[in-house]
Amino acid sequence: MPTNFAGPRRLARFGRNADTRGMETLVEQLRLMVNGAAMAVNPGLTVAGLAAQLGLDTRKVAVERNREIVPRSAYEATALEDRDEIEIVHFIGGG
Amino acid sequence: MDAVSTQDDAWTVAGRPFASRLIVGTGKYKDLATTAAAIEASGAEMVTVAVRRVNLSDTKAPMLQDYVSPARYTYLPNTAGCFTADEAVRTLRLAREAGGWNLVKLEVLGPAPTLYPDMPATFEAAKALIKDGFEVMVYCADDPIAAKRLEEMGCVAIMPLGAPIGSGLGVQNPLMIQMIIEGAKVPVLVDAGVGTAYDAVFAMELGCDAVLVNSAIAMADDPVLMARAMKAGVEAGRLAFRAGRIPRRGAASASSPMTGLIK
Repeated sequence: MPTNFAGPRRLARFGRNADTRGMETLVEQLRLMVNGAAMAVNPGLTVAGLAAQLGLDTRKVAVERNREIVPRSAYEATALEDRDEIEIVHFIGGG
Repeated sequence: MDAVSTQDDAWTVAGRPFASRLIVGTGKYKDLATTAAAIEASGAEMVTVAVRRVNLSDTKAPMLQDYVSPARYTYLPNTAGCFTADEAVRTLRLAREAGGWNLVKLEVLGPAPTLYPDMPATFEAAKALIKDGFEVMVYCADDPIAAKRLEEMGCVAIMPLGAPIGSGLGVQNPLMIQMIIEGAKVPVLVDAGVGTAYDAVFAMELGCDAVLVNSAIAMADDPVLMARAMKAGVEAGRLAFRAGRIPRRGAASASSPMTGLIK
C-alpha cells in the first residue's frame, strides 16, 4: 500500500518521543525508504538530486515514488517528501 | 552462396519484423561478457531482460546495457519473479519507463516446483497491460482455449511452455502446441523447456514462429557454442517446416529404383 504523505509536522511528533540528541539534524531531514533501505536526505531534494547523490545514470533506470512512476522528464521538478517510498530499478539479465 | 536464404523468411510481431527466429534470455550467465558473446553467436535480435532494484551500494557496477546494447537488440522486459497480476503490471510499467518501449513479455507464475503459468492471474495482468497500451507477448499454459482467449484479448504473441522452466525436457506437449499454432493468427513461440538444439529444431518443425531459449544456452558447458547450435537448430527446423516433411509410413520404401537391376 502507498504510504500516505506525513508532512514535516509528523517529523516533529516523531522527534518528541525520540532521543533528542541531534534533534536539529533529525527534524531537518526527510526520511525516505529507497529500495527498501532507510535514508535521510535534506529537505527540498528532488528525484534528480537523489539520483545524482546516489551516482545513478538516469538514462538507465526507472523511478517509482509511492507506487507512482516518476517520468524522467519530471525528475527535476519532483521534490521528495518525508516518508516517501522510492524504488529505483534497471534491467538485468533474465529469461 | 546459399541457394536458400533465411533472410526472406522474416516473422513479425506487433508490426516489427525479425529475421532471427530465436529469442534468447539474458539470465543465468556466469558473467556479462559471456552473456554478450553467447547472444552474438545466437544471432538473436530480441532478448528478454528482467527488471530489478538497482544495487545502491554499488551503482558503478557494470550493467547489462553496457554489454548488450538496447540500440542493437530489442529488449523484451519480462515479469519474472512476479506471482500476482499487480506485481506484473507494476514491473512492466517501470520497464516501460526505463526503456521507453511497450513490447513486453508477460509471465505470471504459480509456485515451485512447477512454476507453471498462473492463467487466471495472467488473464488479469494481460487485460490491464493491454488497456494501458502495452504490446503483450504472453507466456502461457499449453491450453488452446486459453491461448485463443489471450489472442482475442489483444496479445501480440502466444508463448506456451514446452516443459517446465529450466527443466530442459524439450517439447513434452507437441499435440497441444500444434493445436495452438493451428488456431492462432498471431505468432506462437515455444517458451521454456528447450534443453538442447534438437528441441529447438523440433519446436520449429511443429510450425512455431520462433523459440525462446535461456537456460539451455546459459547453463551449457560452453554457452557460446550452444548459442550457435540453437541458431542452427532454429534455422534447420524452420527450413524443414517450410520444405514439408514426408509422411510417416508403417512400411519400408526403397530409396533406389527396383528396376534395371543386373541379373
